Amino acid sequence: MSAALKPIPPNNPPVPAVNDAPQLRVLTCGSVDDGKSTLLGRLLYDSQAVMDDQLVALDQESRRWGTQGENRDFALLLDGLGAEREQGITIDVAYRYFSSKRRSFIVADTPGHEQYTRNMATGASTADLAIILIDARRGVLPQTRRHAFIVAALGIRHAVLAINKMDLVDFSQATWQRIADEFTAAARPLGFQSIVPIPICARDGDNVVARSVRMPWFHGAPLLEYLETVDVSRPETEHGFAMPVQLVLRPDSEFRGYAGTVASGVVRVGQPLVALPNGQRADVARIVTADGDRAAAEAGRAVTITLDREIDVARGDVLAAADDAPTASASVEAELIWMATEPLVAGREFAVRLGTASAHARVVSIRHAIDIQTYAYRKPASLKLNEIGLVELAFDKPLVTRPYAMDRTLGAMILVDRLTHQTVGMATVQALIDPPKWRPSRRLARYVVDGVVIGAIAGALSSNLLFAALIGVAEMLLRPLLDHLLEAKL
Amino acid sequence: MPLSSLDRLEAESIFIFREVVASCDNPVMLYSIGKDSSVLLHLARKAFYPAPLPFPLMHIDTTWKFRAMIEFRDAVARQPGTRLIVHTNQDGLRAGINPFTSGSRLHTDVMKTQALKQALDKYRFDAAFGGARRDEEKSRAKERIFSLRSAEHRWDPRNQRPEPWQLFNTQKAPGESFRVFPLSNWTEGDVWDYIAREQIDVVPLYFAAPRPVVRRDGMLIMRDDARMSLRPGETPETRSIRFRSLGCYPLTGAVESEATTLAEIIAEMRHMRVSERSDRAVDHDGVGSMEQKKLEGYF
Repeated sequence: MSAALKPIPPNNPPVPAVNDAPQLRVLTCGSVDDGKSTLLGRLLYDSQAVMDDQLVALDQESRRWGTQGENRDFALLLDGLGAEREQGITIDVAYRYFSSKRRSFIVADTPGHEQYTRNMATGASTADLAIILIDARRGVLPQTRRHAFIVAALGIRHAVLAINKMDLVDFSQATWQRIADEFTAAARPLGFQSIVPIPICARDGDNVVARSVRMPWFHGAPLLEYLETVDVSRPETEHGFAMPVQLVLRPDSEFRGYAGTVASGVVRVGQPLVALPNGQRADVARIVTADGDRAAAEAGRAVTITLDREIDVARGDVLAAADDAPTASASVEAELIWMATEPLVAGREFAVRLGTASAHARVVSIRHAIDIQTYAYRKPASLKLNEIGLVELAFDKPLVTRPYAMDRTLGAMILVDRLTHQTVGMATVQALIDPPKWRPSRRLARYVVDGVVIGAIAGALSSNLLFAALIGVAEMLLRPLLDHLLEAKL
Repeated sequence: MPLSSLDRLEAESIFIFREVVASCDNPVMLYSIGKDSSVLLHLARKAFYPAPLPFPLMHIDTTWKFRAMIEFRDAVARQPGTRLIVHTNQDGLRAGINPFTSGSRLHTDVMKTQALKQALDKYRFDAAFGGARRDEEKSRAKERIFSLRSAEHRWDPRNQRPEPWQLFNTQKAPGESFRVFPLSNWTEGDVWDYIAREQIDVVPLYFAAPRPVVRRDGMLIMRDDARMSLRPGETPETRSIRFRSLGCYPLTGAVESEATTLAEIIAEMRHMRVSERSDRAVDHDGVGSMEQKKLEGYF
């Protein structure tokens, strides 16, 4: 232990932290007029997160910029930048913090306009749950479908449908039910685990914190109570341990530790690991933290791992459970959100960051663009600002990755313009393409694997002729399944 | 079990420290002596354990900090493996800039904003950690964790890089630098809970004690030395006070309090009805004043 790290002398006995329950990270999305900022302002106000001096400032600003006449405009609590106050819209992602007695919350408040899709995607990337605002008078709009798509694409599995302005539809249960049914049907292809429709009136606070007396027919929990109790945890043992290495710590010749944050699974002392992409193996010697060594560390923990033998590991590599490791791939199929003004065309090259690895990537092809309002595919020549499409990316070296649906760390990447250094795209890995199609020798290897599978089918059917014919048909029909199997194997 | 709220915040801050050290050439930690700086330093040491801190601390000294802050700072600097740089804007000092006759706005601009730019240029730092939190002030709520500054140290809120996941775009052109905020997602409550949990030492001014104060412009100002001349009718009186945030003493209002332990501070904070920075004169130079200062390069 270095002398620099003697514990800092305490000046007080420890106090148990009150606020130590798992945090909930929430995304709110809605359009300009849905009352999203009003809802959030209301949530903060009713949960006593707005202080007296902030209320005084709010009342001043309400008179200057507000849209509620002499009343408080709760939206102004949230619109932080001058341009936003003047235009009455939310341009950027703003993060809000509040806690109730049961839980603490981080809310990403993002703009609803189509031109700010990238901001919403940014907010969604770290959220556990989304609140999708709907104006009860207008019901499910194309923009609602767009919000739902982005939320699902970024891996959020739980949605609250906040059906707002119920006062303007006479608190009608039928209206609420119709909107809830319509949304649930529309969102079916998106694969949410839960969709909870709550009728609210944000301006007056109905069903925000307190149960609404004007909607006695609603028996569900008010919004805050639901947020306090919802369980958004993912199955922990989904897959094995993986940790992108951030930094190699070598304070002296004795110590060599790999610092990083566990991306998935659990790591234990003595566990056999593999370093990727080079494939060298070693066992965990120690899991070091400033609070003492640990026997194990789970996803989300920042640790420093030492190994029982010297192998070649550097920043950008991944340490993973030897028996359940991700694979390295020089080419992937990814869903890409394009964030720059000039359109993306095939052939463009970028710097990418995936985990802690940096590489160069080329957009080999744009397979299709997705109309995020109708969820229909079309074949585009380019992707415009805020468009989402499926692209094939080729890297200049193999990157250790997993599909985003399985792994929100190793399946996510940003694309950076090599000249301007702007972040121009965010992408989620959908499938690994390995070997890439233009490398014939590996392609041949794939046919051999395909042949084994197909041979098994053909053998069952006892027909050599059928075998030959099946190769062509199977190539077409079984491709997705085979790809999946191959990813698991290679 | 998912990580607890504090464990998750801690791990994310450590990740940020490590990203900067892995990708920048010459980082520095802006050390402002307050509770957030104490937490920041504690997290930084954890991030690189068992290696020593791989960057220096830098304090921008306006010469108007509380004496207890300077004593605390110097004690921290004496801890082994800690390197502290202190920078004061000598031009401002010679020009006699001070918070009383120059006003808070000019004082802050010259002795903090300009001083910080001088120091960053002098030592050619390409990344500076700061303890700012998004819950402190509205325009900070939209600040990135990695906030790019031009060679002139300006912040362009209209042209901020999207920051999805924890994938930080660490690329910059020569002359550009990052302000990095590892405590972005922490709240005042998280900071105190963490100080209590980790037993982190903080400046004694956060704890209530009888101290000499005068009531001026609606704030309780502690008369920390004789440079503060009394106005007609003002008499210092001794009250039991403490501070929620610490800055230049003439610009920092105290709150009356009997809270002398962390448990009492935390209990008091949970019932507090005014925001943390309401006692900081620098925030009240007009609506949007913090945003304007940030555009100009304030931390």
